Amino acid sequence: MTVAAWTGRAGPTAEAGAGEPGGPGGAEGTAGPAGPAGAEIRTSRRAVGLAVAVGVLLLALLLSLMIGSNLLAPGEVLHQLLSPDGTGNTSVIRGHRVPRTVLGAVVGAALGVAGALMQSLTRNPLGDPGVLGINAGAGLAVVLAVAVTGRTGIGFYLWFGFLGAGLAAVAVYTLGSVGRAEATPARLAIAGVAISAAIAALIQTVILTDQQVFNEFRLWAAGSLEGRGWPILRIVAPVVALGIVGAALLTPSLNALALGDDAGTALGVRVRRTRTLTMAAVAVLCGAATAAVGPIAFVGLGVPHLARAVVGPDQRWVLPYAVPLGAAMLLVADVIGRVLVPEEIQVGIVTALLGGPVLIALVRRPRLKLL
Amino acid sequence: MTLPEPADLADLADLAPAPAPAVDSPARLRGRDLVVGYGDEPVIDGLSITVPDAELTAVVGPNACGKSTLLRALARLLDPRPGLVLLDGRAIHEQPAKDVARRLGLLPQAPTAPGGLVVEDLVARGRYPHQGLLRQWSSGDQRAVDAAMARARVTDLSQRPVDQLSGGQRQRVWLAMALAQETDLLLLDEPTTYLDIAHQVEVLDLCEDLHRDGLTVVAVLHDLNLAFRYATHVIVMHEGTVVAEGPPGEVVTAELIGEVFDLPCRIVPDPETATPMVVPRRRAGR
Amino acid sequence: MTADLAELRPGRPRARPAGGRGPAAPSPPRRRHVVLALGPWSLRVERRVLGVGVVLAVLVAVAMAASTLFGDYGLAVRDVLAILGGDESDPRATYFVTEQRIPRVLAGAAVGAALALSGAIFQNLSRNPLGSPDIIGFTVGAASGALAQIILFDAAPDAVAAGAVVGGLGTAVAVYALSWQRGVAAHRLVLVGVGVGAVLQALNALLVVKASLTEAQTAAVWLAGSLNAMTWGPLLRLSAALAVLVPAALALARPLGSLVLGDDVAAATGVRVERCRLGLVAVGVALVAAAVATAGPLAFVALAAPQIGRRLTRTPWAGPVVSALVGALVVVLSDLVAQRIFAPTQLPVGVVTGSLGGAYLIWLLAWQRRNPLL
Repeated sequence: MTVAAWTGRAGPTAEAGAGEPGGPGGAEGTAGPAGPAGAEIRTSRRAVGLAVAVGVLLLALLLSLMIGSNLLAPGEVLHQLLSPDGTGNTSVIRGHRVPRTVLGAVVGAALGVAGALMQSLTRNPLGDPGVLGINAGAGLAVVLAVAVTGRTGIGFYLWFGFLGAGLAAVAVYTLGSVGRAEATPARLAIAGVAISAAIAALIQTVILTDQQVFNEFRLWAAGSLEGRGWPILRIVAPVVALGIVGAALLTPSLNALALGDDAGTALGVRVRRTRTLTMAAVAVLCGAATAAVGPIAFVGLGVPHLARAVVGPDQRWVLPYAVPLGAAMLLVADVIGRVLVPEEIQVGIVTALLGGPVLIALVRRPRLKLL
Repeated sequence: MTLPEPADLADLADLAPAPAPAVDSPARLRGRDLVVGYGDEPVIDGLSITVPDAELTAVVGPNACGKSTLLRALARLLDPRPGLVLLDGRAIHEQPAKDVARRLGLLPQAPTAPGGLVVEDLVARGRYPHQGLLRQWSSGDQRAVDAAMARARVTDLSQRPVDQLSGGQRQRVWLAMALAQETDLLLLDEPTTYLDIAHQVEVLDLCEDLHRDGLTVVAVLHDLNLAFRYATHVIVMHEGTVVAEGPPGEVVTAELIGEVFDLPCRIVPDPETATPMVVPRRRAGR
Repeated sequence: MTADLAELRPGRPRARPAGGRGPAAPSPPRRRHVVLALGPWSLRVERRVLGVGVVLAVLVAVAMAASTLFGDYGLAVRDVLAILGGDESDPRATYFVTEQRIPRVLAGAAVGAALALSGAIFQNLSRNPLGSPDIIGFTVGAASGALAQIILFDAAPDAVAAGAVVGGLGTAVAVYALSWQRGVAAHRLVLVGVGVGAVLQALNALLVVKASLTEAQTAAVWLAGSLNAMTWGPLLRLSAALAVLVPAALALARPLGSLVLGDDVAAATGVRVERCRLGLVAVGVALVAAAVATAGPLAFVALAAPQIGRRLTRTPWAGPVVSALVGALVVVLSDLVAQRIFAPTQLPVGVVTGSLGGAYLIWLLAWQRRNPLL
């Protein structure tokens, strides 16, 4: 594929071989005949794949609605959704499971897209949106909110969490570009580590001196969909939608930038502006998700890899894949957490418990495709 | 310690370099049936080679023919099993590492030094095989370091950080480190790659000096003409095997270069040194 | 022979080597090194490193004295001095000084030195100033072991320490084994470390969430890293471990100096690369294990102390002795701060080192011109 075709820009057909973007799928995603006929086959194959992904999401949604303290049949679920009859099941489904499921889908999609943006921006397949200090910032804000006001409850400290995530992202970006230096991916990563570490120490100071804060924090830090109903969803969903739209608008620039800063500039990308906007999008998406639900591991890291394994590194396809894949992944993890043991395991814990071994298994494959 | 040798093989160090195919000889560094690779497919499969003593040997060949692989196997960086590398008659893997390092030196490809490391400190690292846990530095070490730096002509750079030097200077500094080991055999893996022509000549002149002082030097080189100019013995490799070896004047022909490098060419004598010089032919129809 | 233009300055003799290697060559000005020799033992040290080392040692001694005099329990300095001099008239005060403060101060120095030494080893091995034993998941594994002991088995402090060591070592071995495929490639080790670390982190979070509040708080204090209630028992065990590990680390420091030049160059100069690396990793992990067993996972000392030492001595890599001294200094001072800053509440020392570490990294990014990290 020529660079011009990728980015939809009229530009010199630069040698795309040199600046190989990170991630697998060079061979897998784009195998097949070259040329226009090949492109058509690829596009239709990807569309089919996307339909499959959406199908998986629908299945996950259904499972999430079916499974809980009492298992409901699919027919019953659909009945309650379409024509509620006011029985106990109605409140269970509509009042409890639907908001939880939708929130899970929204948060999963947000994390998946944020991860895809992150990995494209930093050209690092290990990019996780939490690395930018967002998790730490949200955590500190939550902790301070509870410590100072004494009030608890996610509905209350959601806003603080969001604010904290945003401030942390700004701090990381500022630190990464201090001294009139470019906020390159490497600088951003290290700034993220630095700020996260400093914030973590502050969090520890607070939670070790206040028991109530400690109790709230340890629950939030596990990452849970429990107890977050329609109010939370009403706040988070529009923000996430905004973030995803922003991400979609950034995809052509990110594709060009994936070949390197110089190559991107040669193609007319405004590097600094793209970077700033991408970071803002990541902060919005990941911040909203983390503030609402707590820090969730591996969704941001793994979803882009899955997407790239199917479609290759073209952001115009990775993003549409990241939405259903991220949502499905989170929902499946949540379902497993509810099913596995009588007392629920928080979804943030499940994603890590599952994600870790999957990562290790991938790494052990003979031809390592991650890097 | 030598193996029973055929009586008609002369001591290579005395004669002018003779075209020597892989027959058992008392050369110090030899490889037997080497099988070396980086994965499933071996790059070198069953190659036997003898490094002639007191020669300046150039190993040439197209990309991915196994030149560096061969050198690294000879320097015990790679595992040649089921083959064997012999140094002074004994298998190299059985000899203590420091012992080998006192006799055989290697300068790997594109070495990097940590930022801020000063030239003298880098050269001093070359004394490792002569030092021990207790005796970590002696006057002998100092003398060797000074001598190595003088030989490589980097004495006046001794307090400068390595990463601030030019390419040619940096390569000479790394050579100085290898020289500080005070070995008789010196293997150089692409010592002139990434250097401009003046610096390439500088480095090769140094190799020539070392050879004249009695060292056995083996260098993997890309530039054919420079290789043929400086080398007294050349090994031409192709797809993991040695297709020709011997003095450049005898071995290098247009047919050989054409076949090995897939390059139609002429061989003319170098106007300066009368060594073979490769001149690629022009494309047809131009 | 091409003339080296630099040498053709007027009046300057060309440093031409004589034939062969016999006669001595002209020597450059010998300004930077000092050779210490005593009998069969000889060592070459940079002057600046030696100077910095001596100053640091003095500072550590001063800090330890200060911490002994101004520790947590409200004692007048005069009284402390009297107790140190042998006055046992006040048994409680005597107890606090001899059984609590002194072991605490000594343990702080020892733990700091062990962590810093381990950090220096890992940073040089990985040639990455952000390298630390966390890469192989040790810290997370130690936390898992300790948390399991605290929350699942309700164990005593010594058993918690043992659990931490077992958890940490087990994790390190597991990570190493999982990344072994005909040898261990660096990137695979990192990724496997990430995966294993994530799983253990999740388990830790699960334990903390499901535990009772008091258990969870005990766990949180341990996780922060604390020297509170330090006694002679753990201190002596730590000293015994260090008596073996520190000489081993110093002995391996020399080949480490060659390993930083690359595996090939090191092997070419006679270093047994795989063996040395394995030895260094083992020593590094053992040092961390000993430190964590004694005081819990103190944040940042392993990361920051070697880099601070490196900056002070202006060397390209973190020397073991200077790193250890800086580590000891940092922990002793941090412990003093932790005891006094919110007095009478004692903070765990890990919170102070964590804050310092975060501040250090930020300073590193913001104010460093020639930043070696980037």
